[in-house]
Amino acid sequence: MDKLLQIDNGQAVKRSILPSVPFARFAELLDDFVKNDGFIVQFFAFVEDGRNRLLAVMRNTQLYVLTTEVGESFASLTASSNEKFHMFEREIAEQYGITPVDHPWLKMVRYHANYRQVPDVFGNNYEEDIPGNYSYFQVEGESIHEVAVGPVHAGIIEPGHFRFQCAGEEVFSLEIQLGYQHRGIEKMLTQVAMKRLPILCEGIAGDTSIGHNLCCCQALEALAGISVDPGARIVRSIALELERLANHIGDLGALSGDVAFNPPAAYFGRLRGEFLNLLQVLCGNRFGKSLVLPGGISQIMGREQAKIIEDKLKELEPEISHVCDLLFSAHTVQARFENTGIVSKKMAEDLGLVGYSGRASGLEYDARVAFPTEAYGPLHANRNEMVNGDVYSRASVRREEIMHSMHLIHILLSRAGEICAKTTMAELTLEPDAFVVTVNEGWRGEVSHCLLTDKAGRIERYKVKDPSFHNWTGLAMSLRNQEISDFPLCNKSFNLSYCGFDL
Amino acid sequence: MLKIIRNRFEQGCKTTSYPKEPINLYKRYRGLPKINGVCDAAMVRQCAAICPQDAILCEERKIDLGKCTFCGRCENVAEGAFVTFSQDFGMGTSSREALLCDGTLPALAEHSKKHFKKLFGRSLQLRQVSAGGCNSCEADTNVLNTPFFDLSRFGIDFVASPRHADGIHVTGPISKNMKTALIATYEAVPSPKVVIAGGACAISGGPFYGSPEIVGDLGALFPVDLYIPGCPPHPLTTLHALLNFFK
Repeated sequence: MDKLLQIDNGQAVKRSILPSVPFARFAELLDDFVKNDGFIVQFFAFVEDGRNRLLAVMRNTQLYVLTTEVGESFASLTASSNEKFHMFEREIAEQYGITPVDHPWLKMVRYHANYRQVPDVFGNNYEEDIPGNYSYFQVEGESIHEVAVGPVHAGIIEPGHFRFQCAGEEVFSLEIQLGYQHRGIEKMLTQVAMKRLPILCEGIAGDTSIGHNLCCCQALEALAGISVDPGARIVRSIALELERLANHIGDLGALSGDVAFNPPAAYFGRLRGEFLNLLQVLCGNRFGKSLVLPGGISQIMGREQAKIIEDKLKELEPEISHVCDLLFSAHTVQARFENTGIVSKKMAEDLGLVGYSGRASGLEYDARVAFPTEAYGPLHANRNEMVNGDVYSRASVRREEIMHSMHLIHILLSRAGEICAKTTMAELTLEPDAFVVTVNEGWRGEVSHCLLTDKAGRIERYKVKDPSFHNWTGLAMSLRNQEISDFPLCNKSFNLSYCGFDL
Repeated sequence: MLKIIRNRFEQGCKTTSYPKEPINLYKRYRGLPKINGVCDAAMVRQCAAICPQDAILCEERKIDLGKCTFCGRCENVAEGAFVTFSQDFGMGTSSREALLCDGTLPALAEHSKKHFKKLFGRSLQLRQVSAGGCNSCEADTNVLNTPFFDLSRFGIDFVASPRHADGIHVTGPISKNMKTALIATYEAVPSPKVVIAGGACAISGGPFYGSPEIVGDLGALFPVDLYIPGCPPHPLTTLHALLNFFK
């Protein structure tokens, strides 16, 4: 692996040591990497001294960085190498107006003008408000019909547009157009006062507040050279697990509702709230907002809070396991979950799926184990049994992870009591001309933030990646040759973030 | 079948008896702030300086609850000298100005529109529109349909079509990309209609204030009838506001 720089998760390095190679070599190295069990963590553009540059963060058992310089275009890696690059290259085209030549599906990602004020790659007029100014992929034929759904959906959920090409009930193709939630977060993160960064990152995806804000705070801690108390690391890990529990439990309930099996839907709905309330016990907010700050946590976990969490877990564990049994042993549920929305291991690898969506297809990757942060170092992984890549597998991974997370919290609570002081938000001096990448296993999978600082220590480029960025394509593929009536079920089994994708 | 019955017994009835009986939230929950009106000016400025939302008005000694995310930094930094947060979750208001809060809010029930109570008091159907938020407002609105809150026992429901709705409940800072769809949804609701701004984002842009990609104020598009502050509003804040405003 010549030329690639091996880097640790959350390690700040000088920009000058980031390896830069000519584009042809860059493409060769990346191609080689992804064809040898490697995956892309981040791949984005930035401008350095007026020149366009690309930066890739990759992983196998370790993290690597590589950069290159490009002009106004470059030869698409999606075309020459692998599908893993496809969404990243579209994002590069949209954010910086740099064209990946021969990209097989060069289409806008979020619908906004590029950062460099150069002519738009997609020829869009952004004076027009609505994304969807785009000719969707169409299947033609006598019995083909098209179903368009969204952006406003029939429920309390986020906006997105779904376009199905069907023959009768059967879906040939699903195209997903997002961008409706775009708030311009990445740009804001380089412009606003430092005191706003944690709150903004908590707002990237509210259900992953802890996951995203951990990435942000770990990056700032690395760049400012500040250390975190071991006690605070334990609380942050507990919070990340509570977030995972609340979401997994809520999703099992929603899956149950989608197959019209109401008792578990009602029970899980209520049980989910119990875990949100535990986050409220920790920090006063049901989504854990305000808890994590650069340097530690805003409120310490005293004996009282630890005991409330411990007691609540003891009370809920048998209930959850009984309701899980009720859900997974019902044959009507099994009939709907099994062999629905299959993503094969090969496809999951090609698309680079992460989190439970990947694990359900047999990709073991869990960032808590591969690149442990906070208090995860000595903790063991969950090895899921079901790897068929269908709704049943994605649901049963959640079930296992629920039990696993509760176990982890017990272990973490037994280690609580280590030194921990509460932190207040301070103005930090960041290392100038530096680069850092942070990776955490949010409940949906790998969350990653990249920061580049300039000569004055200001954040010059802030890149956010939510696991949904990889996994939305997985959902679209899982619908191929499925009945359209199974869409809600497939959708819920992935439960991807619109806002985390849209930024 | 036996499993269903066994689980039913184990789960019991979990529905809260609120509003007949009060609910006490855990002491760390931050609701309506108590403000020390005679606090030292330097201390107030210190609180304002650390506020990520610039929600503290130093001269007036008020907090703009429409901007506030209730992160508690102002309480933490000054050890409560200027602000302490109470566990009072009833924070809905019928006007934007009333959210500029000196520690008290006007009683919502007395400021709602009389004809709303008459029209919607027994049945209120709302269309929820998520317009650029982070999904926590949506999630904590959805929670109202779980057995603990059981919103429909009050005759309030979230419906799928704007044509079936009496009004819209909007969350998020209204991204430019969602503006057209939001306006179309509003127009599809038959009059007379209600507009509810749920959460700091819909009221003021929330954490995203200043972004050129958002509208940042629902009031700039439509007349807003009910403001529900929070980041996100606690489900009880939303429930309290709906019950007081419409019942």
